[in-house]
Amino acid sequence: MVRRFLLNLKSENIMYGGGNVFEATKFDDLQTEDPAKLAEFEARIARGEKIEPNDWMPQLYRKQLIRMIEQHAHSEIIGALPEGTWITRAPGFRRKMAQMAKVQDEVGHAQLLYSAAETLGKTREQMLTDLINGKSKYSNVFNYPAYTWADSNIISWLIDAGAIVNQMANAKGSYGPYSRALERICAEEAFHLKYGHDAVVHMATGTPKQREMIQAALNRWWPPIMTFFGPSDKMSTHTETLMRWKVKMASNDECRQQFLDMYVPKIWELGLTVPDPNLKKNMETGQWEYTEPDWDEFKRVINGDGPCNAERLAVRRTAEERGAWVRRALLNPKAKYVRPLA
Amino acid sequence: MNELAIKDLLYKLADDQLILGHRNSEWTGFGPILEEDIAFSSMAQDKIGHSLAFYTLLQELGEADPDTVAFTRNANQFHNSQLVELPNGEYDFSLIRHFLYDNAEIIRFEMLSQSSYDPIAKVATKLKGEVKYHVLHANTWIKNLGTSTEEAILRLQSSLNEAIPYALGLFEPSKYEQELIEAGVYPGEEAVKAEWLKRIVAVIEKTDLKLPSLATVEPKLGGRYGEHTEHLQPLLDEMAEVFKIDPTAEW
Repeated sequence: MVRRFLLNLKSENIMYGGGNVFEATKFDDLQTEDPAKLAEFEARIARGEKIEPNDWMPQLYRKQLIRMIEQHAHSEIIGALPEGTWITRAPGFRRKMAQMAKVQDEVGHAQLLYSAAETLGKTREQMLTDLINGKSKYSNVFNYPAYTWADSNIISWLIDAGAIVNQMANAKGSYGPYSRALERICAEEAFHLKYGHDAVVHMATGTPKQREMIQAALNRWWPPIMTFFGPSDKMSTHTETLMRWKVKMASNDECRQQFLDMYVPKIWELGLTVPDPNLKKNMETGQWEYTEPDWDEFKRVINGDGPCNAERLAVRRTAEERGAWVRRALLNPKAKYVRPLA
Repeated sequence: MNELAIKDLLYKLADDQLILGHRNSEWTGFGPILEEDIAFSSMAQDKIGHSLAFYTLLQELGEADPDTVAFTRNANQFHNSQLVELPNGEYDFSLIRHFLYDNAEIIRFEMLSQSSYDPIAKVATKLKGEVKYHVLHANTWIKNLGTSTEEAILRLQSSLNEAIPYALGLFEPSKYEQELIEAGVYPGEEAVKAEWLKRIVAVIEKTDLKLPSLATVEPKLGGRYGEHTEHLQPLLDEMAEVFKIDPTAEW
C-alpha cells in the first residue's frame, strides 16, 4: 500500500512525495568515487540494466536507496495501524475478511521491503530502531486519524491509489531488489484499490447516514491526500543525478497530476464533493488547478506535531518491547531449530 | 436426525472460530516479529472463513443469515468456549491458546469429515487441510520457544497453567452429546479430548514445559451453554459497532 518517500523541505534534496524528511546527503560524496567505475555504473543504468546487491554502486546511490526503501517499509507497517483499528469493527463477513487480508498485505509489504533494504547493508533491527527513536520517517498521511469506518474506506481507496501512482513509477527504477519488490506490491495494491473503491461505492450509494459518513471522511482526508506526493520539486544537479540513476522516476507534481487525472472524475461520479472550490482541470494546459496545500502544516506534522505522530510511534514501540523476549528466544544459540514437517 | 442437535453442534463450531479468528486478527500490526504478525492474520482469515462456512450451513437449516447471526447476537447466545474469548494477553498466552485450541480443532475436523451428516462432513473435509497448517505453526513455535531461553520457557509455562482450565472447557459436552454419538455425527467430546491429550503431550514432551496435572484442574465450563467471561460482550460490541449503525444497510 502505501506511500512514502523522501523529501526534505530544508534542502534541495526533494524526492518522492508521501512526505519524509531526512538529512541531506552530501553531494560532494560523488567526488570521492572511482571515475571509471562510476562511468560504467552510469552506462549500465543508461542501457536499462538493473543494479544488483553485489554490484559496484556509488555511496550516494546506496544511501539514497536505503533511506527510500526503509521509509517505504516503515510507511507500510505504520500504515497498517489506522486501517488495522477497523479490522475488529468491519461490518459484516465480507468486509471483515477483506479488511484483514488487506492490512495483512501491508505488513507483508513491510517484510518484503525491509528485506530489499537489507540487501544494501542495513539490518531490519537497525531500521526498526531508527523508526522508533524518530530518526527515520514514514509517510506523513499516517499521522492523521481514521475516525470512522468511512475514513478507513477512503484510505483503502485513495491513499492506496496515490501509492500505486508513486510505486508504478518507482518500479521502473534501477535497483533490482526494490524494483522487483514494487512490482509484487503494485499487483497487490491493485486489489486494495478495487476493495477500497467497492467499499466507497457502497457508502456513497447507500443510506443517507452512509453518504454523510463517506463525505465527511473525504473532507477530512483530502488535505493530507493533496500533500501525499510532497511539494513541488526544486530541480537541481542533485535531483538530476538521481533521475539519471533512475532512483527518482517522476516529479512530485507529475505524480499529483496523474493522481488527480485518474481519481477526481471517479470521486465526482459517485456524487461526492471534493472539498476544494478551486479544483478544476485547465483544458488549455491539461493541468489540474487546485488550492495550494498547507505546506506549513505538512512540515509541522512531519516534524512530529501531527494528530497521531506520538500514538503511532508509541504503538510501534510497545509492540517492539512486548515482542523483545520472542526475538531474544529466537536468537538464543542453545535453542533447537525445529523444522516444520509439512 | 435431531435438527436441534445438529444446530447446537454447528453453533459451537462456528462461534469458536469466529471469536478466535477475531482475537487472532487483533495481532495485526502488533506481532513480536513481522512474520508472526502475518501468520496470526492468516489464521484469523482462515478461522473467520471457517466460521462463515458453518454459519452458512445453519442458514440452510433455517437460521438467520451469517451476518445477522454473527453481528447481532448477545454474549449469552454464543456457544463458544471461554478459552477463545479471553484477551490475547502477551504473545506467550496467544501462542499457548493457539496450540491448545488448534490441536483440538483438527481432531474435531478429522472426526467430522467422517460424519454421517453429510453437509458437515463435506465442510470439515475441506477445512481440515487448512487447520493442519495452523497445528503445524503452533507445534513448531511451541517446540522452538519451549526449548529456548529461561525467560521464554517461564512465560510459556505460566500461560499454559493459566490456559489449561479453559482448554478443558473446549470439551464440555452438549446436551445432545449421546444423540450425536449414536447417530454417527461424530464420536463426541470425550473422544476428542482423549486424542487431544495424546497429541499435546507428544509436543510438550519435546520441550522444557510441563503439562499441569489434569486431575487437579477444575475445567472452566459454561461457554457451550451461553455462560461467558466478562470479556465476550465487549468483543461483540466492538465487532458490531459499525454494523449496528444500520443493520439493514449494505456496507
